[in-house]
Amino acid sequence: MARINTSTTDAGNAPKLIAAWLFVGIPLLFGLFDTLRNALKLFQ
Amino acid sequence: MAALLDRSHSIAGPGFSRWLVPPAALCVHLCIGQAYAFSVFNKPLSQLLCTAQQNCVDLAKTPGAVAPVTGDWSIANIGWIFSIAIVFLGLSAAFAGKWVERAGPRMAMFVAALCFCGGLIISAGGAAWHQLWLIYLGYGVLGGCGLGIGYISPVSTLIKWFPDRPGLATGTAIMGFGGGALIGAPLAVGLMRYFSTPTSNGVAPTMLTMGIVYFIWMLVGSMIVRVPHVGWAPAGYVPPTSSAKLITTRNVLLEQALRTPQFYLLWLVLFLNVTAGIGVLGQASLMIQEMFGVTAVAAAGFVGLMSIFNMGGRIFWASMSDFMGRKTTYVIFFVLGVILYFLVPTFGSIHSVALFVVAFLIIISMYGGGFATIPAYLRDLYGTVNVGAIHGAVLTAWSAAGIAGPVLINYIRQYQLAHGVAKADAYSVTMYIMAALLVVGLICNLAIKAVDERHYLPATAAEAAG
Repeated sequence: MARINTSTTDAGNAPKLIAAWLFVGIPLLFGLFDTLRNALKLFQ
Repeated sequence: MAALLDRSHSIAGPGFSRWLVPPAALCVHLCIGQAYAFSVFNKPLSQLLCTAQQNCVDLAKTPGAVAPVTGDWSIANIGWIFSIAIVFLGLSAAFAGKWVERAGPRMAMFVAALCFCGGLIISAGGAAWHQLWLIYLGYGVLGGCGLGIGYISPVSTLIKWFPDRPGLATGTAIMGFGGGALIGAPLAVGLMRYFSTPTSNGVAPTMLTMGIVYFIWMLVGSMIVRVPHVGWAPAGYVPPTSSAKLITTRNVLLEQALRTPQFYLLWLVLFLNVTAGIGVLGQASLMIQEMFGVTAVAAAGFVGLMSIFNMGGRIFWASMSDFMGRKTTYVIFFVLGVILYFLVPTFGSIHSVALFVVAFLIIISMYGGGFATIPAYLRDLYGTVNVGAIHGAVLTAWSAAGIAGPVLINYIRQYQLAHGVAKADAYSVTMYIMAALLVVGLICNLAIKAVDERHYLPATAAEAAG
């Protein structure tokens, strides 16, 4: 590798990061919870 | 619009956090992962006409009854929708791989959104007008192309952003494909309930709504994603100065990769791992009911639990591969898989539901792990520059396994039942054959060596290509 450009992250990225992860995390957690709720029927 | 989607407009500026790229990839993978939940549409699609005429009969609960409306589609014909989609996933990933590398992830994600969501919307028309060919064309062909392009589009970008943890990065995205079913299934069921009327089961408006919602979601992902500029590396990252035994610092083009034995060995590794896993996925519900006599509701719970382990296995095993190495990870998949497949009939004979469930959850986690670890394996062997295109070509193994796996399983089962084997015992031979397939996979994996020097690009050409 001829050149290595490293960079540090902006502090202003935090709200964007939180929003982006919530955008995908909330539906995924909902799906996970719903599936787990149904999966519990295996043990009933 | 075209300029906005262009690769040059998606190069990250100073201070951009690479941790924004995994959620961008998840926006796409969580949507296209809906394909794993397509079966929730099977029964409603098979009852479109009888629902309209309000005279559906549950054939499963009414022995001897015949379908009151002869024009309704059979489940077997509806099953082809998913099969066509998986075939086109592999084909589009293989043929569009080089274009995805050239056009960049933003354009690729946008095209994937157009294809996948367009396919859903066309299928809504197919359901509304009762034209099955329209659904084959919509969800199967167009949607399948969306699956293939969407699947590979963020992978090489993630590998470039995370040279220090490629397994974790690709595992996160590909976990989304497994997790898509967890969102897609309850969403589809809820929407069908909302849209249903006495004369409609709501399939068409559900597909239309999902097409629109998923398009917005995937569009957000394509706007968030960025590619690093050439030569970028995370702060504190020290690239290896020389190639490790199976990890190269150089690059191989797709055309050259196709001339290496490693490509075909990896193709077989993925094909055999997926074939064995699909066998379990497709039969799990029936198997636990026939072997242990559990109820259909409990069996559905078991299938749900398997979906979670399919998803979790993707990020767990791919992350572990960063520490253990890709070859060792696949050795674990195959050795542990063989042991578990051999033990499953024993767990059945001693009537241990708990051991049976644990064995299958581990097997299915390794099935998902196999998908998630392969991009990092390819990166180790062929470098980062063309990994997306090479990954696309390897994914034809998935298409082949998508056909071979169920055919193999169903044929073996039919053969045994025809020869008088009891239903509960008919799975034993299947499990032993799956174990044998994994032994072949293990041999292929052990045969993988570093790529020969003559296949690598010169350093200057690699920089230009990257």
